[in-house]
Amino acid sequence: MSRTLYGLLSASAARTPHATAVEDPVRDCHLSYSDLEHAAGKLSDALQGAGVTAGDRVGIYAPKSTSSVAAIFATLKLGAAYVPVDYTAPPERNAYIFNDCSVRAVVVQRSLSEALVAALDNPGTQVHETGLDEDRANLGVDVVIVSTSLESDSAIDDLAYILYTSGSTGKPKGVMHTNSSALGFVDWCSEAFAPTGSDKFSAHASFHFDLSILDLYVPIKHGAAIVLIGEDVGKQPAVLAPLIAETGITMWYSTPSILRLLVETGKLAEHDYSKLRIVNFAGEVFPIKHLRAVKEIWRHPRYFNLYGPTETNVCTAFEIPAEIEVDQTSPFPIGYACSGDETMVVDHDDAPVPDGSPGELLVSGDSVMQGYWNLPDRNDAAFYLKDGKRWYRTGDVVIDADNGCYEFVGRRDRMVKRRGYRIELGEIESALYRHSDISEAAVVATPDETNGVKITAFVSTKNGERIGLIAMKRYCSQNLPLYMIPDRFNYPEALPKTSTDKVDYQKLATEAQ
Amino acid sequence: MPDKSTIRTAVKEFILEKFLPGEDPDSLTDDTPLISGGILDSISTVTLVAFLEDRFGVQFQAHEMSADYLDSPETIANTVEEKLG
Repeated sequence: MSRTLYGLLSASAARTPHATAVEDPVRDCHLSYSDLEHAAGKLSDALQGAGVTAGDRVGIYAPKSTSSVAAIFATLKLGAAYVPVDYTAPPERNAYIFNDCSVRAVVVQRSLSEALVAALDNPGTQVHETGLDEDRANLGVDVVIVSTSLESDSAIDDLAYILYTSGSTGKPKGVMHTNSSALGFVDWCSEAFAPTGSDKFSAHASFHFDLSILDLYVPIKHGAAIVLIGEDVGKQPAVLAPLIAETGITMWYSTPSILRLLVETGKLAEHDYSKLRIVNFAGEVFPIKHLRAVKEIWRHPRYFNLYGPTETNVCTAFEIPAEIEVDQTSPFPIGYACSGDETMVVDHDDAPVPDGSPGELLVSGDSVMQGYWNLPDRNDAAFYLKDGKRWYRTGDVVIDADNGCYEFVGRRDRMVKRRGYRIELGEIESALYRHSDISEAAVVATPDETNGVKITAFVSTKNGERIGLIAMKRYCSQNLPLYMIPDRFNYPEALPKTSTDKVDYQKLATEAQ
Repeated sequence: MPDKSTIRTAVKEFILEKFLPGEDPDSLTDDTPLISGGILDSISTVTLVAFLEDRFGVQFQAHEMSADYLDSPETIANTVEEKLG
């Protein structure tokens, strides 16, 4: 029988039934492996009663909690795929997602269910109780099941989950992963991090964010514990910093933005982080000065830069050296292809580029997605077929700098032309980050009749004060070619972030118009 | 004929309005580097020269549109003054 994500839970529950599987320190909820298996079983019975069968999709619309973890495993147990959404997003957006992939049911926080039913606008909706056995499993968040009569012709074998990411058309698009593609990544994590049953993994990312795949399934595979960090706590360094220490988290995983916040305002020096053994970061470039600041406080853990779009899971990784050279200013590489994945770098005509030349990174292998839900045209464009393999086009420009060690250059769609010069906006950001007074920087390009594009920099400073335009332009002229100097500088207190803690470039582009 | 101080003031006012909106006027000094300091790029240098030609009735050659002739309010005033003879 083929392996499944649910199989990881069954195996660990059989091996170590009494070990802690999930803890939610803020709500003071703990589930042992036996408890989690029991809760998932109860909830899967309720889902089945609501009409869910193998091959269906089930929405997860609740805060991160032991309840939502149980709902995920309940869905997987039935051979259905879960579709987690941002519970803080407008119900209409979430209803769009659920309609798009024709969910059979949604496990939803009771207080959100009424708004969901209204937004779904489906005459077949019914609300069902979960029947969860509260005396055995304290499940933190009260959930119900909303079933629908949505139908779909699409059927994907082995589908495990669909993560919706924002699409360039403005409509979210569903990235489909199978049990097999998720397990390909999970197995690589086993090799890379050698987890044991004594580990405690942070679950900082929301479940609709791809970082959650490591957070959920690697600990479950190894009989380790998941420490849930609620969405409300995750961005409050004053609460988060002591929580990491007190829960004894051994494996941390988040975006660089959160690590920067922790260092700048979390008073980390006041707590004991001796149990922390690995710090993983992904999702965006980690400016070297902020990474150095984290490593100066958390000195002993190993650090890994994990790279990969939602479509591929993590597909390359780089272990940060123990000491960062004093004169290093450029970010670390995204590293080498993970075992199970193959990579190649190609030019605009899909021809491989020589080592050391920039080109688009293509990925093929175990961890790559099945495709986008119900978007055949996009799937055709997303993959390049060669040698009988499907190569996912990441849209990221990289350089093979050293025998398969990739350096990230930038997003292909963040390359702009200004007065005939090709400009990578990320290069401007890197230069701004090197300024000693700047804590955050993002650069956007908007259409401009004279120059092709107008470049606007958004900069937040350490002391909250704006840097004069003359001083800023002079600084840029010493660090960038003249054609790359931004036309305008804006000074927000902090850069706007998406629900997955990345810089919200769409919002910045709107502001720059 | 305008004196050097008048030329400097006019140049500074033009640069502040056109290329440094919102900047503190005191930050733009006589020796602030304009081209080498990233304030004037090739397009804005052309705009500045058009202003100088129009305002002071002088003519610039192509090779004069460079930092040697236009890199600070002081250099610009010297260049214009020389042209006015």
